[in-house]
Amino acid sequence: MVTEKNKHNEIVKAESKDLNFFYADGTQALKKINLPVYENKITALIGPSGCGKSTFLRSFNRMHDLYPGNKYEGEIILYPDNTNILDKKVDPIEVRMRISMVFQKPNPFPKSIFENVAYGLRVRGESNKRMLDDKVEDALKGASLWNEVKDRLHDLAFNLSGGQQQRLCIARALATEPEIMLFDEPTSALDPIATVNIEELMSELKKKLSILIVTHNMQQAARISDYTAYMYLGELVEHDDTNKIFTNPSKKETEDYITGKFG
Amino acid sequence: MALNKKKLSALNDLQTIREMIKRHKKNDLAFAALGMFVIASLTITLIVLFLDLVLDGYPKFTLDFFGNFPSRRAARAGILSAWVGSSLVLIVTFFVAVPLGIAAGVYLEEYSKKNWFADIIEINVSNLAGVPSIIYGLLALGLFVYSFGLGQSILTAGLTLALLMLPIVIVSTREAIRAIPVHIREAAYAVGATKWQVVINHIVQYSYGGILTGVIIGMARAIGETAPLITIGALTFIAFLPPSPVTIEPPFLNLEWLNAGFTVLPIQMFNWISRPQHAFHINAAATGAVIIILTALMNGAAIKLRYNIRKKIKW
Repeated sequence: MVTEKNKHNEIVKAESKDLNFFYADGTQALKKINLPVYENKITALIGPSGCGKSTFLRSFNRMHDLYPGNKYEGEIILYPDNTNILDKKVDPIEVRMRISMVFQKPNPFPKSIFENVAYGLRVRGESNKRMLDDKVEDALKGASLWNEVKDRLHDLAFNLSGGQQQRLCIARALATEPEIMLFDEPTSALDPIATVNIEELMSELKKKLSILIVTHNMQQAARISDYTAYMYLGELVEHDDTNKIFTNPSKKETEDYITGKFG
Repeated sequence: MALNKKKLSALNDLQTIREMIKRHKKNDLAFAALGMFVIASLTITLIVLFLDLVLDGYPKFTLDFFGNFPSRRAARAGILSAWVGSSLVLIVTFFVAVPLGIAAGVYLEEYSKKNWFADIIEINVSNLAGVPSIIYGLLALGLFVYSFGLGQSILTAGLTLALLMLPIVIVSTREAIRAIPVHIREAAYAVGATKWQVVINHIVQYSYGGILTGVIIGMARAIGETAPLITIGALTFIAFLPPSPVTIEPPFLNLEWLNAGFTVLPIQMFNWISRPQHAFHINAAATGAVIIILTALMNGAAIKLRYNIRKKIKW
């Protein structure tokens, strides 16, 4: 099997190829997007509201399939097995088993902390108590939440603070050992300190998996990502090393957006 | 000079603004007063009605009244067969209407495609909630009593009231499901849950407060229903109890009672009220008070449950 690599010799984990997306009312939200996601790297999607970055992100776990009438064209290839995850023959549930997601607003289930993290495993048929205990502990440690909650695993998740809830959601997404994790503006509902925690966490997480993140906050993209993609009106304007994008973008539109002349 | 003038006009403006606010606030007051009046008159009517029944019927509030069968002699007559009948009919109603209603509500919200067919079902369900209960009685007479040959039994009565209660359960299930935020639902799908797992592990669990409220309100309606049960031929004078649902010997459960004849509280009351002797009217009043107390208890439980569950789940 051939593994695709870029100029820095980095492995491509997933790649969208000529991806078009249409909402049920016929509006085209994505236009011919070609974008790689590198293994063990953070790829950030930036752009003004309504540019399609969340729509793009949500294509990676087939979230759009939950609502009738939405239509994909093109492919998202997941490596190393070359699966086109948008293929109608590929079950969206299989895709979600491999690619997990953290949402904009912390959205824990109204269940205990333990059950929140264990749910992904339960869905996969895991019922061995020891196994669940271990994996929940690992996931909570991975989301640097373990020390804060280890004595109250059976408390309701709603009793946690906003930042803790978001880290709980990360633990929930992490427990199932996904290959890629999607973050949809994960810190937009959090205070600055909680935001820093999550950002540090993401830098830690990329050692184990690949990350695709949508963010409204350009500084955040500059701080944490290795690659940045700038989208505008459903099109991918520019995609490059984060350093390059923020210091020397090749497109005028990107520069205008980065420097705040627009957006 | 000019400055003074400006100050003065500003002061005048403030005066006008204050007057305007005062004027606008009169609307608040008027509406609050109207609302208060409506609520007070409704509450007072209910209380007067209830007190009237209690004052008329209070000599009958004895254990004997609950433990005696109806009798030709008013003083000895009781509501034993009526309250046992009501309870057994409600048990059947509960076990039929609740699973069917929840299943239908979940199906309509989660599974059915949103098209013209779903719209037709939706309109039908809403309509069913408004159909006069006597029509359910006629339907039940034709379908359950004659076509299915279930007879004038507790089973028939339970099924009839279940039909009546079904739309209430369906509508409250759907409302409760719709109250679950999209982002919780998406969170469940995002970890790889199937639709069925989402329904069983999340949707039903988070909406059971609303569903339960609907179930209790539906039961409270069913307990007072008279017309459909008279239509299917409920007895008005029963001096025996149906076979006990629970037995001492295995298998401990006995389904004979489902086929037994029955009467229910409102029918017993109706029967007594149509007697010429005043003594029976006292019995009727006491029965009415019992029905109102039961209904109030059930509605109170519904409100309490809803309150408790809302306190636990905040989105």
